[in-house]
Amino acid sequence: MNAPFNISSYASIRGRKVTLNGQHLYEGSHTEFSEFIKAAYKALGVKYPKFFKMDNLSKLAFLTAEVLLKNENLNLEADNNIAIVLSNRASSLDTDRAHQASIQDKDNYYPSPAVFVYTLPNICIGEISIKYKLYSENSFFIFDRINTDHLFTSASNLLETGKADQVLCGWVDFDSDSYEAFLYLVSEKEGKPHTNQQILKLYNT
Amino acid sequence: MNKVYVSHNNIVSALGFDSTSVVEKVKSEVTGLGLVENKALHAEPFFSSLVNTEQLQSAFRELKPKEKYTRLEQMMMVSLDKIIKSSKIALDERVGLMISTTKGNIDVLDANSPFPKERAYLSELGKVVKEFFGFKNDAIVVSNACVSGILSVALAKRYIEQNVYDHVFVVSGDVVSEFILSGFNSFQAMSNELCKPYDKYRKGINIGEVAASILVTKDDSGLPDEAMVILGEGSCNDANHISGPSRTGEGLYRSMQTAFREAKIQPEEIDYISAHGTATLFNDEMEAIAFNRMGLQEAPLNSLKGYFGHTLGASGLLETIIGMHSAHNNTLYKSLGFETMGVTQPINVINYTRQHNIQTFLKTASGFGGCNTAVIFQKLAQ
Repeated sequence: MNAPFNISSYASIRGRKVTLNGQHLYEGSHTEFSEFIKAAYKALGVKYPKFFKMDNLSKLAFLTAEVLLKNENLNLEADNNIAIVLSNRASSLDTDRAHQASIQDKDNYYPSPAVFVYTLPNICIGEISIKYKLYSENSFFIFDRINTDHLFTSASNLLETGKADQVLCGWVDFDSDSYEAFLYLVSEKEGKPHTNQQILKLYNT
Repeated sequence: MNKVYVSHNNIVSALGFDSTSVVEKVKSEVTGLGLVENKALHAEPFFSSLVNTEQLQSAFRELKPKEKYTRLEQMMMVSLDKIIKSSKIALDERVGLMISTTKGNIDVLDANSPFPKERAYLSELGKVVKEFFGFKNDAIVVSNACVSGILSVALAKRYIEQNVYDHVFVVSGDVVSEFILSGFNSFQAMSNELCKPYDKYRKGINIGEVAASILVTKDDSGLPDEAMVILGEGSCNDANHISGPSRTGEGLYRSMQTAFREAKIQPEEIDYISAHGTATLFNDEMEAIAFNRMGLQEAPLNSLKGYFGHTLGASGLLETIIGMHSAHNNTLYKSLGFETMGVTQPINVINYTRQHNIQTFLKTASGFGGCNTAVIFQKLAQ
């Protein structure tokens, strides 16, 4: 069966590079993620002070979505029914470890709500939804590696049932020593055909 | 489009290890909540509903495990085993496995845990469950805060609609851990009394633990008496705040709109609402607003948190299963802990257990990250 939907655009942040539709937007030389993502945020001209309160996973997901959605020139006064389906391997473990460190020692006990709230992977979906006023379908999944079958199935269902007009899909993973974000938009708009192979091809380029 | 059913089901909880006996306890207004003194979990005594460890270990031994498994894995596997057996479905390529949890084996991050830290990865939990039962497909792990349990029922239906699977076994679970208790305590969200959803004097949540499992299937043969059809579902975001619900109930309202649109029924046709009702000030108020916007203020409604506490990623599935039995028994169960109306919009909280014809019910849940889910279930045509 031919999929009637297309991948209209895609973006990635990995290996200190930010790309949109295969074009380089920014490349950093920082070894620390926190420095790199801050520099990328500035270089891309983003102005959103809440960004600095986010955990690493949310920063990564938010900035990748920002690159993709800014380019869409959405009218934020209108309803944009863009669903969000994200996935990763490490869930929110980076922040989970920070929360665990704050409670491990009973003599030095400092759990914080500002950290604890980020101990859920879907918080980054909330951050993107708030920025772009997306009152739409959303779900977060965990897999060992990118599962294009799953992303394809989820996006197809949301579009075919009319629950969403577009779906922001992809992989956003942050672990202690690695990070990788790859997001793409699927809809009836023009683009590359929405197939398993195509998703994998774009992810691998 | 073919119908999708919720079928064989199980609950492993403080109130028992199978759905029927758990529902009997709910019918008798017995709560699983009690004061727990356990300094390894929390410095102060706290109200919780814990799975009995001896009973769990004994039930788990019957599965003849060859390795060591975490408490959560044991709960999930004891629960899932029951429905795999009762459904008599062979685990072939057309059978999916979905696992929903907020924190999985997060307790292994503790320095004193005997398990390797890698066990905290949720895909590891998926592998453990998959391999234990011999599923052919990799587990789909859903981690979407406190809507995970009910969302996984909706997602299983979508997998069947897309013709990826014929049947999906869903298992949900979370355990009470120091990680969770310290976090909610830092939010000052925990009540130092039994929780009182929708009550004027509510003080916050009690955290509890369960594992629950259900078969979602397109096959209408071999369904148990309490099986129901999934009529419609939606899962929308508040786009408002990451740790507080929307004051207008926007995401929940939109989730219900989506579910009703797909179900092709009117709000008047809802005989019962199994709501989220965490007993925090903001959640309960937000729900009352959303139900009023939807025209559901007269539908009888309860929160089951007074029986189990808030069981996080499992709560939505646990409460769906009780809802199915509620419909099968044509009984509305008392919303335990509720006495005096404590929300500003009118809602019809079930204040005593009684017989009531239930054909169709609505299950809702909301969680951090602004997520909400609504699913509508209907009895099978006679």
